[in-house]
Amino acid sequence: MNETRLRFEVVVVGAGPAGLAAACAAAENGCRTALVDDTPWLGGQIWRGQQAHPANPKAARWVERFRRAKASLLDQCTVLGPADRRTLLAEHPDGPRQIEWERLILAAGARELFLPFPGWTLPGNFGPGGLQSLAKHGWPVAGKRIVLAGSGPLLLAVGGGLRKMGASIVSINEQAPLSRLISFATGLLAWPAKLAQAARLKWTLRGTPFRCGVWPVGAEGGEQLRAVTLSDGRRQWMEACDLLACGFGLVPNVELPLALGCQLDDEFVRVDPWQASSVAGVYAAGELTGIGGADAALVEGEIAGLAASGKEEAARRLMARRAAWRRFGADLGAAFALREEVARLAAAETVVCRCEDVRFDRMKSFAGWRDAKLQTRCGMGSCQGRVCGAAARVLFGWGMESVRPPVLPARVESLCADFLTDQSPVRK
Amino acid sequence: MADQIQLRVNGKTVSVTAGTVVAAAVAQAGQTRFRRSVQGEARGPLCGMGICMECRVTINGQAHGRSCQTLCQEAMEVRTDE
Ligand SMILES: Cc1cc2nc3c(=O)[nH]c(=O)nc-3n(C[C@H](O)[C@H](O)[C@H](O)COP(=O)(O)OP(=O)(O)OC[C@H]3O[C@@H](n4cnc5c(N)ncnc54)[C@H](O)[C@@H]3O)c2cc1C
Ligand code: FES
Repeated sequence: MNETRLRFEVVVVGAGPAGLAAACAAAENGCRTALVDDTPWLGGQIWRGQQAHPANPKAARWVERFRRAKASLLDQCTVLGPADRRTLLAEHPDGPRQIEWERLILAAGARELFLPFPGWTLPGNFGPGGLQSLAKHGWPVAGKRIVLAGSGPLLLAVGGGLRKMGASIVSINEQAPLSRLISFATGLLAWPAKLAQAARLKWTLRGTPFRCGVWPVGAEGGEQLRAVTLSDGRRQWMEACDLLACGFGLVPNVELPLALGCQLDDEFVRVDPWQASSVAGVYAAGELTGIGGADAALVEGEIAGLAASGKEEAARRLMARRAAWRRFGADLGAAFALREEVARLAAAETVVCRCEDVRFDRMKSFAGWRDAKLQTRCGMGSCQGRVCGAAARVLFGWGMESVRPPVLPARVESLCADFLTDQSPVRK
Repeated sequence: MADQIQLRVNGKTVSVTAGTVVAAAVAQAGQTRFRRSVQGEARGPLCGMGICMECRVTINGQAHGRSCQTLCQEAMEVRTDE
């Protein structure tokens, strides 16, 4: 078997803004550094594809800085979990990789939160960020009628992006009430760059209805989505569309940190001022530690990279900037907090676990995630609970109890590569 | 002018620009259903970032490829619904 063993002083998992900044900081300070990412591109969710077609100057600067920093890039390399205390097991198209680290920086980012409603499994329903990523990589959206729904600043950003690609945006529907968004927007006055960004988006999206306090209650179509039903709590109406982009914000990808034994605070990885986690030598940065956007991720990544290189003084100088971005993240979270109606959209027969087709009424009869898993196989299919586990947290208040490696589906030969310790760190 | 790549989706030839992912080539071929769920429901991509597994297709004979994370290559053979 083509099994490769690699050794580095600093290993960074995730090549989004947080991981790029961490890898640059570590490599520029003389550490033998590797940046590992499961995609074929640099930049994570926000900057993916920028390597080939640099359109965003900030992304281009970071990609260039990364090139100069002379860290090793291990792309298309999915980290499956810990092989032993200081080694990660990863999967590459050419075969398994064992990656040894002295300091490990986790920057695995976040994914979208999907909440089930009748019809949400129809082809044609995407996460907004997901549709945007697919469209950047060739998914045809020109001329398509698209409804956006759910929650968060991503709805507007994606709506603007899709419109520029020639889509016809039918409407954008944010579940948060207008009153909360107004106070958030007022707060934006302190963030001129964000305000300018918002103004540009508003211009791109002129003429598109943007509604607050509206959420999806159903999607129609046989084998393909044709229309979505929306509600403002008093009345319901249907809008015809070709595609629905619906997501309720972001949730952190904590599977790998959990498999390594890192403790969480609520749903995020707990870190100290140096971005160090509860496990010695393991740091975390970016959306893993809180949803704050790309700028928060960059500064956290840089602090983690500096701390992992023993440059505490330089790291300390960035802490005020981090505090400011964390405040921005907290304001964002408060403005877009989910209303309770969106946790009650599933009907009895609505599929909650898409991998195993487990329906809402079956799942809700259990006391917790572990029981439901054992009895119904929910969360045990190929996504390993990444979609329904995050939903179950909102629907039923169930926490994720444990994570067994592999944290992402692996091909069999990677698993046979000796080990895979079957430890199940329990969430504190 | 960007390079064009030719591949086949369920036997139908599609021509895509370099940097296109397999999921997008499937959509360009006019196919909306990527697979059937365990109870036979039609499914297609959801997350676009490699975590939901709803976009799985057979790529060059290898089943369960995540089409949203795989770049198109010349002469690739893609099959849905397997
Ligand atoms: C689908 C989606 C689209 C988004 N689009 C936008 C946008 O258009 N504009 C915007 O302002 N914000 C967007 N965001 C929010 C944005 O992701 C964050 O603000 C910011 O990019 C977070 O940076 P990060 O470095 O923490 O994580 P990310 O950018 O998410 O980077 C994490 C990286 O880690 C990789 N990874 C994860 N697990 C593993 C593993 N086990 N092995 C190997 N690699 C792994 C991922 O593939 C990814 O490349 C989006 C988020 C999502 C989920
Ligand atoms: S669309 Fe979710 S894994 Fe590809």
